[in-house]
Amino acid sequence: MNPETTQLDKTRFDLQIIASWIEPGSRVLDLGCGHGDLLLLLKQEKQINGTGIELSEEKVARCIERGLTVLQGDFSEEILDYPAHRFDCVVLSQTLQQVMNPKKLIPELLRIGKRVIVSFPNFGHWQVRLQVLLTGQAPVTGQLPYEWYDTPNIRVISIKDFKQFLRMTGIKPVKEVAINSHHHDENGHIIKYLINLRATYGIMMLERSA
Amino acid sequence: MENASDKTSTAPLRVKKQYFTFAEPPNEMPLDSGARLGPITLAYETLGRLNADKSNAVVILHACSGDSHVAGYYGDDDPRPGWWENMVGPGKPVDTNRYFVICSNILGSCMGSTGPSSINPKTGRPYGFDFPMVTIRDMVRAQKHLIDHLGITKIMSMLGGSVGGMQVLRWCTDYPEMVISAIPLATTTRHSAQAIAFDEVARQAIMADPDWQGGNYYDGPGPRHGLAVARMIGHITYLSDESMRNKFGRRLQNRSSLSFDFAGDFQVESYLRYQGAKFVERFDANSLLYITKASDYFDLEHDDGSALLDERLTATKFLVISFSSDWLYPTYQSRALVSKLKKNGCDVSFCEIDAQWGHDAFLLPNKQLDSIISSFLNRIYHESRNNAAR
Repeated sequence: MNPETTQLDKTRFDLQIIASWIEPGSRVLDLGCGHGDLLLLLKQEKQINGTGIELSEEKVARCIERGLTVLQGDFSEEILDYPAHRFDCVVLSQTLQQVMNPKKLIPELLRIGKRVIVSFPNFGHWQVRLQVLLTGQAPVTGQLPYEWYDTPNIRVISIKDFKQFLRMTGIKPVKEVAINSHHHDENGHIIKYLINLRATYGIMMLERSA
Repeated sequence: MENASDKTSTAPLRVKKQYFTFAEPPNEMPLDSGARLGPITLAYETLGRLNADKSNAVVILHACSGDSHVAGYYGDDDPRPGWWENMVGPGKPVDTNRYFVICSNILGSCMGSTGPSSINPKTGRPYGFDFPMVTIRDMVRAQKHLIDHLGITKIMSMLGGSVGGMQVLRWCTDYPEMVISAIPLATTTRHSAQAIAFDEVARQAIMADPDWQGGNYYDGPGPRHGLAVARMIGHITYLSDESMRNKFGRRLQNRSSLSFDFAGDFQVESYLRYQGAKFVERFDANSLLYITKASDYFDLEHDDGSALLDERLTATKFLVISFSSDWLYPTYQSRALVSKLKKNGCDVSFCEIDAQWGHDAFLLPNKQLDSIISSFLNRIYHESRNNAAR
């Protein structure tokens, strides 16, 4: 009956990096938390005080079964209730590309959280570029496995685009890392050069500019 | 980590109805209406064992017409277990091998606790309509006397559905320091106009019955017809369009063609009549009037602020559950509750369970419901122990 355990090295590679950025004991909100892998990891390894928001009843129930605090709902609406600075860190992992209004969402996340960690698949990756160039069709890759007609990804973002967006909105990236890893893989490596061409995912930690 | 007692058998539990009497004059209990009531008796049942540090108490609060008989059997020849047998018992989600479960009958009811059918010590006759109006808060105030009497200062978890959920929330706002965790199920912070409307129709059905006699009917047959109709109305609000379609459709009862009279053709008519007739045998009409009024009066959003916006509540952990087809207390009302708790900074989980059974879904066997309640209680149990160990 004891809550199950999870291990860092069995966790999705981008979540491993996100977890490493989170201070022990902090208050964390995970948007689109799925089955709660990240929250469970952080609870066990860093004793964080976590909350997840998730749309699917089945996933919410799974989170509660794992002893996590989770709200069923649409996070764009759910976050509006929280008072300012309610969380030390808000995590938006691999969901930004599905958000209807990122320009409104990200400042709102910086209202309720001191820091926001965002990870997203990089549409600037060379495979994506090559596919568009050679086939003339919407790209389908390991990180973007959907066809144009069934994809939940309504935003096309590259790492370069997102950094431009941050400059435009005056939001400060305090940490950033680009990685190369497969969709749900626990292995991967950090990309240092030609990031927008070689990385499959971008991960950034944002803060309000003073 | 676990107690040896966690591993005991799953044999059916034997329970006994017990009584606790307090507020003897001149120390009557003050009520929200300004009146005072005493003596007050609460019928209650307990299951499982209170541990040495009194940290495993789970309080279950019943709905409108429920009673203290939450689970188990009164004796070997008792044909029926308590009303939440699928949820409470050895090895069940509310595991009586681990938790000490307390369920009391609400003030104003007729299932052993003081209510309008009880004898008024001043007259030697049933109170009838001389019984003072009681509120959800008064019910909770009376329960607090019982919990104090049992020597419990911290309640590990309180759970209840419907009007029971209202009591859970009232406990949280009135005695937040006592409630470690709360599970309000299929409930609301205030009745909608629609919910009040159904209650009023039910009350009018009773009060329009000539045998109601202004509430002083205890020498006569009582408003049997009115009470049955009131229950039929209640039952409709507990079901859903989908569940009635699946359960009855337009099927006829014991006939192959329409009768062309009013004897009752359809299965749904027969079902409602049966539910009404059954209810009359066990429930007091005045109690239904008082309890429906109490639930209509219940309002945590009263005045200019919400009673739920209270920083003393931030230590309480919540699991709020609604059911997709509940149209008596629809999901948006649970969401409004969750929204308030979030503003407070509470640790709150929320799940809308997809169920076709309407409001009644919280009482019916449901694997998803079982597993989240069992896991939530398990989490609170371990957290409390870890905190105590620190």
